[in-house]
Amino acid sequence: MPANRPSTRNRRGRAAAAVALIGLVCPRAEAHLVTTGLGPVYDGIAHLAVSPVDLAVVAVLTLLAAMRGPRQARWLLAVLPASWLLGGFGGLISPIEASLGWATGLSFLLAGALVAADRDLPLPVVLALAGVIGALHGYLTGAALAQTPRAPLELTGTLVALIVLVTLLAGLVVSVRRFAVRVAVRVMGSWIAATGLLVIGWSLRAGSLK
Amino acid sequence: MALAAPSRAWAHVQGGEVAGFLSGLQHPISGWDHVLAMVAVGLWGAQLGAPAIWILPVTFPMVMALGGMMGLLGIPLPGVEIGIGFSALVLGALVFAEKRAPLWAAALIVGFFAIFHGHAHGVELPAGQNGLLYSMGFVVATGCLHGVGIGIGLVHRWAAGRVFLRAAGATVAVAGIYFLISALA
Repeated sequence: MPANRPSTRNRRGRAAAAVALIGLVCPRAEAHLVTTGLGPVYDGIAHLAVSPVDLAVVAVLTLLAAMRGPRQARWLLAVLPASWLLGGFGGLISPIEASLGWATGLSFLLAGALVAADRDLPLPVVLALAGVIGALHGYLTGAALAQTPRAPLELTGTLVALIVLVTLLAGLVVSVRRFAVRVAVRVMGSWIAATGLLVIGWSLRAGSLK
Repeated sequence: MALAAPSRAWAHVQGGEVAGFLSGLQHPISGWDHVLAMVAVGLWGAQLGAPAIWILPVTFPMVMALGGMMGLLGIPLPGVEIGIGFSALVLGALVFAEKRAPLWAAALIVGFFAIFHGHAHGVELPAGQNGLLYSMGFVVATGCLHGVGIGIGLVHRWAAGRVFLRAAGATVAVAGIYFLISALA
């Protein structure tokens, strides 16, 4: 046996120590929240990335504004994160347990139908819609994050991800002026509206959005 | 042994939600009556050309979702299976006949039949799934079936393609008769 090779007893001892260490330093299990191991800001970014409700809402509001041109898209970039932040702090301060599935479905239906219809909407209407829906989903995000120890940082991460998503998607829709892209955006709007109708149905049947 | 028989890995994904989305994705393609009718919507839209080529696939999921909501809430709709059988028969016949209809009439026909398909799905939705993701998968699959129909329907630019489309329409109509007989039996 070579002199520098650890003995079997040493190897077992190291393995046991490693297992004990993992057991001691493992993070808390937090249902529905993402623990990346990279810190609260990244956890917040991942929270948005794995929340299909929030992703869909951000996407449909961005499509709605970007279809109206760069001016509305720029305003959305300011209003949506601001309302999300305000709602998020509301959720952190006074989270509630009640489910708002019907409200999620309604926001899907309203914003999706407007995208599918592709009608000219005044800037204040689009921004008011984005503000209300953003505040609602920000509140739900804040309420979900409230149980974590560094929730404000996680909320910051979520907002960073939201801003990046809005910027990229709005840039894509505004810059590509092909008719086929506009049709694709309208079809996506109709899908989100249809999903909203079904979600309202689920919520009314079950009493909550699961 | 452990390597030979591993369970599937759903890395970075919440298991229950995946079950919801995949179940929703599978539901519209689980029955030929739904598949053929939805593909026929795309075929007819492609025959009619713009704007029907995309208005019809926008109309169908939204009205279908309304029917789905009715089914979820337990609102009864008589003759659902008959309506589904008729949808395949009528839509197939329209494709076979290369029927040119005004946009409003085409949207009305498609929307009318979408109610039956949506209601049937709404009643059949399984308990215990993630409602939102299930709905997303369900709508996406429906839209993709329309997309398949549109993709096939684009062959109408060629003479041989038009013959092929009419044959496809006839096939859907014959299948519709079968579904209708099954529903009435």
